[in-house]
Amino acid sequence: MDVIFWSRIQFAMTAAYHWLFVPLTLGLALVMAIMETLYLIKKDDFWKKTAQFWMKLFAINFAVGIATGIILEFEFGTNWSNYSWFVGDMFGAPLAIEGILAFFMEATFFAVMFFGWDKVGKRFHLVSTWLTGIGATISAYWILVANGWMQNPVGTTFNPETVRSEMASASAFWEVITNPVAVSKFFHAITSGWVTGGIFVVGVSAWYLLRNRHSEFAKKSMLIGAIVGLVGSGAVMLSGDSSGVHAAEFQPMKLAAAEGLQDGGNGAAFTIVPGIKVPKMLSILATHNPDGFVPGINDILNGYTDDEGNVVPSVAEKMAMGREALVALSIYRTTDDPSEKAEARYALEENVQYMGYGHLEKAEDVVPPVGVVFWSFRLMIGLGMLIALVLLLALIAVWKDKLGAWKWLLWAAVICIPLAYITGQCGWIVAEVGRQPWTIQGLLPVNVAISSLSAGAVKTTFFIFLAIFTLFLAIEIRIMVSAIKKGPETIKE
Amino acid sequence: MSYIFLQNYWWFLIALLGGLLVFLMFVQGANLQLGNRTFSDLQKRMVLNSTGRKWELTFTTLVTFGGAFFASFPLFYSTSFGGAYWVWVLLLLSFVFQAVAYEFQNKKENLIGVKGFRTALMVNGFLAPFLVGTAVGTFFTGSDFTVNKVAIADPASPVISTWGNSWHGLEALGQFHAVLLGCALVFLTCILGALYILNNIDDTQIHSQVRRTVKLCIVPFLAFFLCWLVILLVGVGYAVDEAGVVSLEKYKYLHNFLQMPAVLILFLVGVVLVLWGIFQGAFTQSRGGIWPAGIGTVLVVMAVFFIAGYNGTAYYPSCTDLQSSLTIRNSSSSQFTLQVMFWVSLLIPFVLAYIVYAWHQMDKKKITPDEISGTPHKY
Repeated sequence: MDVIFWSRIQFAMTAAYHWLFVPLTLGLALVMAIMETLYLIKKDDFWKKTAQFWMKLFAINFAVGIATGIILEFEFGTNWSNYSWFVGDMFGAPLAIEGILAFFMEATFFAVMFFGWDKVGKRFHLVSTWLTGIGATISAYWILVANGWMQNPVGTTFNPETVRSEMASASAFWEVITNPVAVSKFFHAITSGWVTGGIFVVGVSAWYLLRNRHSEFAKKSMLIGAIVGLVGSGAVMLSGDSSGVHAAEFQPMKLAAAEGLQDGGNGAAFTIVPGIKVPKMLSILATHNPDGFVPGINDILNGYTDDEGNVVPSVAEKMAMGREALVALSIYRTTDDPSEKAEARYALEENVQYMGYGHLEKAEDVVPPVGVVFWSFRLMIGLGMLIALVLLLALIAVWKDKLGAWKWLLWAAVICIPLAYITGQCGWIVAEVGRQPWTIQGLLPVNVAISSLSAGAVKTTFFIFLAIFTLFLAIEIRIMVSAIKKGPETIKE
Repeated sequence: MSYIFLQNYWWFLIALLGGLLVFLMFVQGANLQLGNRTFSDLQKRMVLNSTGRKWELTFTTLVTFGGAFFASFPLFYSTSFGGAYWVWVLLLLSFVFQAVAYEFQNKKENLIGVKGFRTALMVNGFLAPFLVGTAVGTFFTGSDFTVNKVAIADPASPVISTWGNSWHGLEALGQFHAVLLGCALVFLTCILGALYILNNIDDTQIHSQVRRTVKLCIVPFLAFFLCWLVILLVGVGYAVDEAGVVSLEKYKYLHNFLQMPAVLILFLVGVVLVLWGIFQGAFTQSRGGIWPAGIGTVLVVMAVFFIAGYNGTAYYPSCTDLQSSLTIRNSSSSQFTLQVMFWVSLLIPFVLAYIVYAWHQMDKKKITPDEISGTPHKY
């Protein structure tokens, strides 16, 4: 296994761990802000104590999210040196905005929220609680602008003088920050955090009810958790639909892999599981047209003509054009002959959109691991729908006062907590494994994005980070479980 | 706005962030007090809660410092982080433990015990300033790397920035001059930490102990810093001409000070403020030494960054291939990106204002033994 493998696995592991902690941060931030708002409106200490309990759990989780987050940011540089140079100009503005607007907001107001109960006024404290969550949300937007650009690199021009992608105008900047892939990813990720936070609150509350403890606290928490989770579920479905359409438009190979679709066509069927298909459903989901054309893996490899008559070249043709671009770049950068330079520049501009393909060894390299993406996609959808159903039933049970009678629902809610995490991980596997081998779609494959390191060095740091993150996860779970077992009274030590 | 103005402006902001980061590393310096054997457990917990309300600002400044380099000088980010791999990994490891240590250490389910996490905080207290100082020290000594942008067109060896040895940054520990700055920073953050505790905690025994710490650190801090400064001023520097050609120049950094008198004044004012803050903490009854020392630290660090990058200087020199050296002209983002970020950066005073306001609100009441014994909202 080479340095590319270890760099990929290290980044994937760090991102996966990071996403274990972020969704709960996003979801609980909203839940506790609502609870503290109720405290100020109703002037009832019950809501203060309730908010403080969930805040305690939030703080336990928040710290590990920060720890994994800093590693993720710096791994762009440490392990993906070429990538950092290639994208630095595109990510500059979004990252500057994220740092200035979001990071400091989160850091400053988290301290006020956690320690400020007896030090600042009630209103300032409430504003701090909201700003902590808003800071996390703004941060997510800008990082997903960066991620969305990797999936659909809009607003960019390759500059052979600097050998990188550059943002050249205000309209390009606007294209980057309103990239449809980024926008739907943002809503999908944020609202999936609400679902995780919602089901976490509902599940923990259900556990108290099963133990006949803290009934009033549990019922009221469950009501808020269920509402937040259900709103999140609805938004996840809507943004998921957009993501499907965007994948069909900008990353057809990802969609084909997610569907295990070898040969596409018009009126393509959606595979629920192998052997069970819904006719025309894939075309509806991908194009919002029952007879829309959806290319399969072989179509993309061999080239095809889409519904609008556009001819998409085969991967072999793209590789040939990519190699021409690389040769032209090399000549452009090394020759002193003005006419040769001009010719090289022309050849480069003609083929630059396929430059990334020039680095591939064979056409099949553009096919991601189909089985992993296919089953992750189904797990994500199946578990997501199950969680939405449990949230809906929990809301009905609270409303109709059926929680005592529906013990099975309480157990289902508890079980749904780990399932929410599996759902989130599956979502990112679809998004990120599904776009392999590209770090930037069509422009920069993983084998060219790396740093000049030995496999042994990255392998060593992989196992170090794995051990540390696993230790932190184990500690977090132990502390979290202990705090939950003690119940809301643990806010008074 | 011209490209040159924007590049200079962003180097100014990098210098400012660097200055703020070093100042905010009072958190690391203060955490070294957790090893003070004369402190009771309650007193250690007061120290922990004092730094525990500020550590996120230091951490966020570090993240923003890295992010700002990525955004404004991406070639430095890709060359240094991918090349000096082990230095940055070590730094990150120490900060990762710091991030969870506050929340976890006093929970009995934490698997590695209170001592484990306190040790992690102290390791971070030493390693963070030492590695940051040593890494910044290489801005003047040079590093072993080459940059070849056309390499990306070569499928066999596509990496643009390559490191020349397998130590990947650890070789800086053998560069006497760079290590001097690392050591100076350790003692400076120790002093800043002691001055911060003096200001933030109400406890007379702690006060006498941290004043003693300040006194103990003065001589080693001044010795390391002055040695580093003298070697810097009399040594060879990395000059870059209008055409971008890098060459060695004797007394380059002394010339930079003399040719940029404003920077020299900034540096001297910073040094005086640091010394004044130290004097207040060590030899008077004042508890406000952190402010002159903190402001002075920011000014000195900014001046150091200015002489590293301005006045035709390569700020990240390559001792392997001089022409691979990074300058603020050849390593920056495009003019448009720097311009967008310029407009965004105008929000910085607003951000600083709310940080100062929130800090003021939280610190109006100093930390007392009664508070730490009584409140549930503590680490």
